[in-house]
Amino acid sequence: MHFDFDAGKYAVYVWPAFALTAGAFVWMIADSLASARRWRREAERLQAQRDASRGAKQS
Amino acid sequence: MGARDPHHPLDFLTNPERFMAFSRWAAPLFGAVAAVLAAVGLVLTFAAPEDYQQGDTVRMMFIHVPAASLSLFVYLCLGIASFLALVFRHALADAAAVACAPLGAAFTALALATGSLWGKPMWGTWWVWDARLTSVLVLLLFYLGYLALRSALEDEQKAARAAAILALVGLINLPIVKFSVEWWNSLHQGSSTLFAKPGNGLPPVYAWPMLVMSLAYLSAFGALWLVRIRALVWRRKARALALQAAEG
Repeated sequence: MHFDFDAGKYAVYVWPAFALTAGAFVWMIADSLASARRWRREAERLQAQRDASRGAKQS
Repeated sequence: MGARDPHHPLDFLTNPERFMAFSRWAAPLFGAVAAVLAAVGLVLTFAAPEDYQQGDTVRMMFIHVPAASLSLFVYLCLGIASFLALVFRHALADAAAVACAPLGAAFTALALATGSLWGKPMWGTWWVWDARLTSVLVLLLFYLGYLALRSALEDEQKAARAAAILALVGLINLPIVKFSVEWWNSLHQGSSTLFAKPGNGLPPVYAWPMLVMSLAYLSAFGALWLVRIRALVWRRKARALALQAAEG
């Protein structure tokens, strides 16, 4: 299989298009994972806080 | 309204707990499939021969067309989720709508940017106010309007209702984008993939990378959509817990 990475006179258009695509995917992945992690941790923290206060009331 | 059947085959899409159990394995699975397909798609992209007319710019087709297709598909998902949220007031449907809007906006912006980079060497211009390009720009404005409306109103229920109505109005634009190249004279070429006219279809050497890259984009969207809906379910849970804590 032969790979052609030499875009010649069109390199100035081809590579920025691929770079933009890579950048957009990096943003979408990073933003989605960061948001999920942030809210999962917040929910777990509040749940632990609630469980602890319930435990303290019962004892 | 009748009681929900917990054994319904689509229950995992309507019950938040079942959705979280389903998406816990489905999101990484879609992500892994997307990564493998993207790797294979990139190999095929750079192994494909230069086009006799377009030269090396033909490789931009394999990243531009899937982004453009996803921009329409994601908006259709946004419209369906908004309809379900508006009519049935379903919390997961509303989360699905909010979760897909930024992804759809990103795919639309990507389609416009890569299209512009492809247009300059092929058409001699970065931008032209023709029907296809303008209707895709309008699509981006609908996405941005939806996101702006969601964050502009303090009352989340009012914001959700207003944004859902805007999303439904925006559905009118989808057939305009799709058929713009047939209804009006356009610099943009007609379809060469699905619904291509006889003789306009891609040869296999270009059709394969296009198919694989399109499936990679679709799988990536599936994975990211699920992750974002999971984030919103946790956010809702965190807010409910914070409210309970404040009430003592």
